[in-house]
Amino acid sequence: MSNAASDGPEAMQWDSRARRVVTLWVPLCCFLFILLFPFYWMTVTAFKPDAELYDFATHNPFWITSPTLDHIRKLLFETSYPSWLWTTMLVSVGATFLSLFASTLAAYAIQRLRFRGSQYVGLAIYLAYLVPPSILFIPLATMVVQLGLFDSPMALILVYPTFLVPFCTWLLIGYFKSIPYELEECALIDGATRLQILTKITLPLAVPGLISAGIFSFTLSWNEFIYALAFIQSSENKTVPVAILTELVTGDVYQWGALMAGSLLGSLPVAIFYSFFVDYYVSSLTGAVKE
Amino acid sequence: MAMDTTLPAERAQHWSRTRRQPTAFGRLFDSKTFLIIACLLPTVGLLGVFLTYPLGLGIWLAFTDGTIGRRGQFVGFENFEWLFTDPIFWNAVFFSVFYTTLATIGKFALGLWLALLLNQYMPFKSFFRAIILLPWIVPTVLSAIAFWWMYDPQFSIISWVFIELGLRTTNIDFIGSEWPARFSLIVANIWRGIPFVAISLLAGLQTISPSLYEAALLDGATAWQRFRYITFPMLLPILAIVMTFSIIFTFTDFQLVYAITRGGPVNSTHLLATLAFQRGIPGGELAEGAAIAVSMIPFLVFATLFSYFALARRKWQQGEGND
Repeated sequence: MSNAASDGPEAMQWDSRARRVVTLWVPLCCFLFILLFPFYWMTVTAFKPDAELYDFATHNPFWITSPTLDHIRKLLFETSYPSWLWTTMLVSVGATFLSLFASTLAAYAIQRLRFRGSQYVGLAIYLAYLVPPSILFIPLATMVVQLGLFDSPMALILVYPTFLVPFCTWLLIGYFKSIPYELEECALIDGATRLQILTKITLPLAVPGLISAGIFSFTLSWNEFIYALAFIQSSENKTVPVAILTELVTGDVYQWGALMAGSLLGSLPVAIFYSFFVDYYVSSLTGAVKE
Repeated sequence: MAMDTTLPAERAQHWSRTRRQPTAFGRLFDSKTFLIIACLLPTVGLLGVFLTYPLGLGIWLAFTDGTIGRRGQFVGFENFEWLFTDPIFWNAVFFSVFYTTLATIGKFALGLWLALLLNQYMPFKSFFRAIILLPWIVPTVLSAIAFWWMYDPQFSIISWVFIELGLRTTNIDFIGSEWPARFSLIVANIWRGIPFVAISLLAGLQTISPSLYEAALLDGATAWQRFRYITFPMLLPILAIVMTFSIIFTFTDFQLVYAITRGGPVNSTHLLATLAFQRGIPGGELAEGAAIAVSMIPFLVFATLFSYFALARRKWQQGEGND
């Protein structure tokens, strides 16, 4: 307390411009550079002709002197890339809707119907989120074979909810909590059935939560790898991440141009999707953590 | 308009009839027990069939000698006894722990730093926040392939920069030999994990009341003291949760290693998950793969307990804070 007087100048010094550049902008720019460089490198490689790609001596590798669409053309017309994209889209949309349906009902039951033991059901669902796919894929593979779903996108649509439902349920419980219970009571007094309350009052108010959960599920399904790798065998049924790694990597000579073009095209849908819903992503990510 | 010509009594009757119609179905949904069961059924069904049952089945498989296409017989601890004499398994255990430890330390140190940077006042803050999440949004395998290309023995851009700057004369051997490959994978994992940690911790930082910092400033606390006695303790609950998730999903990581090195060179970068995959699915030894996967469970239980006690500590802290 005795040196409180010397505090004024120190606080001012903290805000001085030079110090701010060193403590804020320089590290921030380093972070941005490192976090974004792989994407830049991916893009540059995807549009470089092979001659430039493997010749760093005469061409500066950071820039493209004669950009080409060769790799992308090759990818789209000489491989089954369109069908991989279609499978991935189908699986992601299917798994997302299935998970949203199940988790909305579950979250409503846990948060709003408040039965004895509901918090234990919530805890069990939370624990389910902590079970990683790496433990489950071997027994699930045997189950998928027994159910006759091996090599079918249906297997993925049914299995993806195992990691989507717990996440979505926790997210939606948080959202339902923020909707005043009085609204439901009013509707009950006015003679609405429980079903009407859910569809006409709670769900419309929880739309931002549903969007968050939906886009999050879509992204997670799009990015999923291990189940898709273990359950799908035929080339045309593969999802984009698996197909790029298993179909485009052939032999000892890697076609880096095509690989990077494939990675770029496979990342673009989620990246575009993400750019439209940034705020929902941030809120769902942080909302789920805070729960 | 036609309604107005009818008698009031008739109108009332008509009204009550339309109201009674949905009750048969509606009453079913008004029964709370039915509603609870109906609402929980899809989730419990999905998680029961595709999560709880396979978890049990996996543990059972680990104690059998099943292969692809053959139902195994119960063999007790034979798989584990065999695994415990297998140096590749122990190497995978070692690398899983090493990978998780270093990657977690790296992710949290850098992620916390980035969160603290983003928590300051600056223009275009939401833009930066959006850009930073990108590595986390893009499919891991695809960014891992980009890393693979950057780690290429001949055409690595990182080697090129080092040679151009005169810091080295030869290409860096990123994934060709044991230790460099391990560190290369850890760097890729840290790169992918920073955004998640930073954005989650940023959310935690934003909940800390500025009045605490004002009070500390008035009391003459230095920047370090403010971090040590305000930011860090207030951040601890969220830090513990994020860390638990991060540890669990780093320990059981699969994609990154599978995409960049596939466990090579000479099995030195196998994680338990990639080893389980290699033995179980392409190798066909389902039981052995399951045993490797099951041996991850003790580590996961440990991480979950860590989370539980961190949460308990949060309650204790809040209680103390209210005094």
